[in-house]
Amino acid sequence: MNANPYLPVKVKVLEVGKQTENVATLKIESQGLNPAPGQFVEVSIPKVGECPVSISDFGSDFLELTVRKVGRVTGALNALRAGDSLFVRGPYGNGFPLENFDRRHVVMVLGGIGLAPVKGIINRYYLNGGVNRLDLLVGFRTPQEIIFRAELARWREKFNVVVAVEQDDPGWPGRVGLVSDLVKEISVEREAAAVVVGPPLMIKAAAEELSGRGVAKENIWVSLERRMSCGIGKCGHCRINDRYVCLDGPVFNYRQAEGLVD
Amino acid sequence: MGYLFSADAFNSLLAELKTRYKIFAPKIYRGKGRTAGTDLVAYGEAGELAEIAFDRKTAFSPKEIIFPVNQTMFYFTKEEFQENLPPKEDKDMIIFLRACDINGIERMDAILLQNGPYRDVYYEKLRGKARFFLIACDQSWESCFCVSTGSNRTENYSVYVREENGQVFCLVKDRDFEEIFSKYGRPADVEPRFIEENKIRVRLPEEIDQRVFGHKLWEEYAARCSACGRCTVCCPTCTCFTIQDIFYRDNPDCGERRRVWASCLIDGFTDMAAGVSFRAGYGERLRFRAMHKAADFKKRFGLFMCVGCGRCDDACPEYISFSKCLNRLSEIMGEVGQR
Repeated sequence: MNANPYLPVKVKVLEVGKQTENVATLKIESQGLNPAPGQFVEVSIPKVGECPVSISDFGSDFLELTVRKVGRVTGALNALRAGDSLFVRGPYGNGFPLENFDRRHVVMVLGGIGLAPVKGIINRYYLNGGVNRLDLLVGFRTPQEIIFRAELARWREKFNVVVAVEQDDPGWPGRVGLVSDLVKEISVEREAAAVVVGPPLMIKAAAEELSGRGVAKENIWVSLERRMSCGIGKCGHCRINDRYVCLDGPVFNYRQAEGLVD
Repeated sequence: MGYLFSADAFNSLLAELKTRYKIFAPKIYRGKGRTAGTDLVAYGEAGELAEIAFDRKTAFSPKEIIFPVNQTMFYFTKEEFQENLPPKEDKDMIIFLRACDINGIERMDAILLQNGPYRDVYYEKLRGKARFFLIACDQSWESCFCVSTGSNRTENYSVYVREENGQVFCLVKDRDFEEIFSKYGRPADVEPRFIEENKIRVRLPEEIDQRVFGHKLWEEYAARCSACGRCTVCCPTCTCFTIQDIFYRDNPDCGERRRVWASCLIDGFTDMAAGVSFRAGYGERLRFRAMHKAADFKKRFGLFMCVGCGRCDDACPEYISFSKCLNRLSEIMGEVGQR
């Protein structure tokens, strides 16, 4: 391969959806980037910078990125409007092994923006089926930070969706508490599989809880977040032990992930 | 073929090589050392025998020649990306370097060229221009332990060079250099010599596992390490970098995307969204580095990463010694292994 792997392609923003004050979903042209669910791209705005962003959904001619404003680049991405352009390279990483979820009971435990990398998969199951049963346990810090509200409401038609917030709020009718604790309340079928995405502590708590509830560690898949600079196994920022999250992940089987120590 | 050169003949050779190559070698920069009255020994362009410091060890490895500290990857004008790959027409490079550093570059190749499906083109272009002139070590320095790491030898060079009392013995392996060496040198029998013993002997840990993670060793290091990152900057095998964009103050429409060396020892290396980061403690960072050099890299690429040049020991302001760390890891693994 002689091409420069760091050279991104220019894509147009097709649509911007405001999720919360600090989170926007950008629908962008796919320009031939052909991702698998769970992969990520390096997104950049020239002179501002580049950062890794998970792909929250995609179709034949679009990608969808859901970006929380946490720094310079993500701030600039949140300020984009339809018609603006940005640059992407990728897709990178391995994605979710969907064949392991076919015709099974699947439990997804998702924290905050961790909903993004699996939103497309859930939508696919909602539209086309594919799993026997789906429990969606989703946690946010506050009710104001809930993303994909419309989708969550729609998914309720077919799946068990429980949303919890960590900090109580007067107007909040739902659950208060840690999302990992919700695992205690669901029944787990034989051969169930699980997907856990969120901050590191939440991943550990939820995966251990799932394992305690009888989901085999081999059937738990987690997606790890790291600040990759290159996305292609060179820069070293995402290395844990002998693994590179950008190459060997971001999706890891929990059997392996539990042994990765930062 | 082997050749013997007088100083004058070698200078004539260098002069002709210089018309075709950029020549880099260890040089002495008088009075430029870290503390007053000391010299800096560092890589620079050289054109004469007298400039090449055959008998001194450089504080930095030659990695910066093929992997610059700060490298512009793209120039931006408005929203256009202009690739800034090293131009083909740039001269090839001759680098005078030691066996440990050639071994170090082989480890850089593993990460930057072989890890993952893509090759790092910026590194590949400069690396492709480099020709290795292996400097014979006539002594092992205080902190060297290349024999223990097996990086005292190499076969990966174009020309072997040994300086002795103002004369230069060369063994040419790369045919591209045969003609020019035969033009200036007298045929001679030259056998490469390698260092066979260091003052420091390191027992490489056969296998290190996570049982060492909780050891008090790392607390001891945490109390001393100041996370300055010198050990990673001078290391011939450290290759981490961060990509950054900048714009020109006088013309904000234009700017650059650069990559800059980064270090797992320095604050901010793992900073992520929402304030999450890993390895806040300096002991954990040293553990992360030590595990990479001694175990993790080997698991992935089959090579012991550290090449025993000892530069990290020379550079550490807190006198933390990596060779001692490796010996302690071996001891600790021996202890936990018996349990």
